[in-house]
This record gives sequence, structure tokens and C-alpha cells, in this order.
Amino acid sequence: MNIPSELKYTKDHEWVKVEGDVITIGITDFAQSELGDIVYVEVETVDETLDAEEVFGTVEAVKTVSDLFLPVSGEIIEFNESLEDEPEKVNSDPYGEGWMVKVKVSDASQLDSLLSAEAYKELVSA
Amino acid sequence: MKNTALTKTHEALSAKMVPFAGYNMPVQYDGVNIEHEAVRKDCGVFDVSHMGEFLIEGPNALKLIQKVSSNDASKLTVGKAQYSCLPNDDGGIVDDLIIYKLKEETYLLVVNASNIEKDWNWISSKNNVDATMRDLSEDYSLLAIQGPNAVEKMQALTSHDLAEIKFYNFEVGDFAGVENVIISATGYTGSGGFEIYCKNDEVKQIWDKVTEAGAKPIGLAARDTLRLEMGYCLYGNDITDETSPLEAGLGWITKFTKNFTNSEALKDQKRLGVERKLIAFELDERGIPRQGYDIVDGQGKKIGVVTSGTMSPMLGKGIGLGYVPTVFTDVNSKINIQIRKNAVPATVVKLPFYKG
Repeated sequence: MNIPSELKYTKDHEWVKVEGDVITIGITDFAQSELGDIVYVEVETVDETLDAEEVFGTVEAVKTVSDLFLPVSGEIIEFNESLEDEPEKVNSDPYGEGWMVKVKVSDASQLDSLLSAEAYKELVSA
Repeated sequence: MKNTALTKTHEALSAKMVPFAGYNMPVQYDGVNIEHEAVRKDCGVFDVSHMGEFLIEGPNALKLIQKVSSNDASKLTVGKAQYSCLPNDDGGIVDDLIIYKLKEETYLLVVNASNIEKDWNWISSKNNVDATMRDLSEDYSLLAIQGPNAVEKMQALTSHDLAEIKFYNFEVGDFAGVENVIISATGYTGSGGFEIYCKNDEVKQIWDKVTEAGAKPIGLAARDTLRLEMGYCLYGNDITDETSPLEAGLGWITKFTKNFTNSEALKDQKRLGVERKLIAFELDERGIPRQGYDIVDGQGKKIGVVTSGTMSPMLGKGIGLGYVPTVFTDVNSKINIQIRKNAVPATVVKLPFYKG
């Protein structure tokens, strides 16, 4: 199970890369492997400002539909549109080309609630 | 939860196991898309031993079968199988099934795993003609070997000429070193191949030889996408206690040449026309229809419900089945599928979705 140490994580199996007040969000290697072949990623919230825990999109595997939750409040500023044609990138490169959205964070203090790589590792191995 | 005789074999292959109809079943091994493609282009093997098998015997076996089933089983000769359904008394369907004529006065009924007990009780309740019924579900295993290369890859395992067994025909004989198995030219994928019925203690040997001969293990997830690309109904989704065989497009197995459960009412339904029908549709835009999503008209008014839906691995688009009023059922009719906030346009199409 690949859990890069420089990233932050959520209990919903998303990863978060923090760069100033902009974060990049994707789903973890564990999540993609549990879901199986990803066939569709839908994000229709670009330019919207959402609260923490709100749904910003949906990821669909062949047999399942899963909501994507925003870990902190902020504005969705970019969707990885290459996933429209190649959703399988989420399976093959979940931490790289499979990234999903970039978000401008409203309140940087909320980032403190994210899990460290170690804490996430504990969560998935529990 | 019950296991099949191959559960340990699946676990050793690191299959993802899920509970299905009370059985611990492999849902996927390497990934549903790879498995799906293997069946469409080469050869795959499914453990579908959870399916139920009833033996019906005796001088009145046919009489009982004719009474409970919608297709005309009197047309069966030894060595032939027939797709059929069990209508209930209220216009719906108890189950769909395959009926094999094994010998004179001996029939094998193969039913859905989720309905074994329901079907047994239903058929028993109609058995006032003293047919002998035996439930072999716990004793028999079933492997589906499917794909365009199934005949060629499996031929070395049997003395029977596989290419000579016509669709919905079967032979009883040797396969993979086991005697007296049923080799049936049936399946649920639309890609050709066989189904093999054997005893539980024989199935491991057959599985091993079949996989050695080049059949790739395939899970239930791909079984569902494969059957849906052909538009084959799944009991519990597309046909239920509430749907009539005529609404479901199963008029071709509903034969009014004989009397059967609820046949008078179904005959009236046929004469008057059904109010709703099962349609096949493709999404015109991105998205994946799912069971339970609403089907809406151009004004956003609900006109029906999706009963099965998926992303078609071969077509790369969203496909599905659902019931709508007859006015929307012509091929090329425009409907919409309500996917979360969006009414996504879709077109009614002819089956199968995937034409090989």
C-alpha cells in the first residue's frame, strides 16, 4: 500500500497536498484498489465555494458510486479534466496524474485536522 | 454464509470475495474490465455453483413443469435445454430458469441462487400430480466457460466434439477426466461457450484443468457487465415478482399453446397490450445509469426507473434497462436518466447493446 509521507489524508480515503493556501485532492491508493476499475469521475462544482464535508464530486467504479467529500472549506478552482477521457489514471497513478481537484482554502486552520501519513496508515491497517 | 467447493481456490487467487445470495463468491480477480475483455475476446471461467438445481422426475414430471413454466417444455427432446420463467398468480415472475431434458421423464431445472427456497416452495405447492422433486443444489457445482475461444481451448479436455453441440443443447459425458458431467452450450455472456455441471467433489479437478487449458478466472462483477451488454434480464433487477414476462420482453418464452400459472390473465394482457415495457437505452452524454435512478421525460417528469445500469466496457458508454410507459418504448425514442442533479439524455436502442 503506497502512502506517501509528504501528503495529508482524510478518513474518507482522500489525500491532500498542501501548497500555500491551495490544496490538491485525490483518492488514495487504498481507495482506488478497494473501488476497482474507475470508469467515471464527475466534478460539477468548479468555481463553487463549499463547506468542509460537503460533496464536491463523485467517483464511479464499475459496480459502485462514491461521493467525494471536501475535507476543508474552500473554493473549487480546478478539476483535472483529463479524467473525463482517462478516469483509469485514478487507478494507475492515484497520487500523480489521477489528482482530482485543486481548492483554494478558506480557513487554513482547518488543515490541522487532516491526518498524517502515519495516522492514515494506522487507519487502513486497522 | 455458504461456500462453494471452490471458495479456497478463489481465495488462493486473491479474489475479492463478497456475500451474494447467501454465498461467499468471487466478485473479481484481476479487475472487472480485464476480465470482461477476456470473455469477449478469448475465454474465461466463472464459478457459478451458487445456482440451484432441482431434479423433477416421474410420469408426471412434464405435467408439473408445463403447469409452472411459461415456455412450452413439451418441445424439449433429450439433450435440449430451454430458457423459461415461473409466472406467479398475480402477473409477476417467481424466477427465470433453464430447463434441461436429461432423459424421458427426467428434467433438471436450474434456478437463481437467491430464489432456491422460494422456487422450491412454489413448485412444490403446484405439485398435485405426484412428480418426484429433488433439490440437488447443495451437491452440484456449475462452471461457466465462456468466450469465442472456449471451444478450441477446451476441446482437448473431452472426447465430445464441442463445436457440434448447438446453442441450448447439451451432452452428458467426460470432461477434464471426470465422467458423467453435463456439457451444455449455454451461458449468460453472449460470447459463446459452455456450462459444466458436476458434483462438488469433482469441480476442483475440472477448474484446474480448465484454467490450465487457458480459461481466465472471471468474477461476478464481469458476469453482470457481460450479461447487461447483451440485455439479458437479471432476476431481482429487471424481472421480479411485480413484472410480467410480457412487460419484460419475454413474450418469446411465454407460450399460450398450453395452460400454465396465470396464463389466462397473461393472455388478456397480450391481447390488450401492456402499459409499460422494459427498454434498453444508451446515454447520449457522459454518465453511468444505476439501478434505482429515475427515468424522466423532456419536462423532467418521472416516467420510470432504471432496473440495471453500468458503464459498458466494450462500448465505453453508459447503458441500462428500465421500465417506461409504452409510448416511450420505440427504438430511437428520447428519454432522460436522472443522475444526481442532472437529467442526462438517453436514447432507446435495440438489444443487444454489444453486437460483437
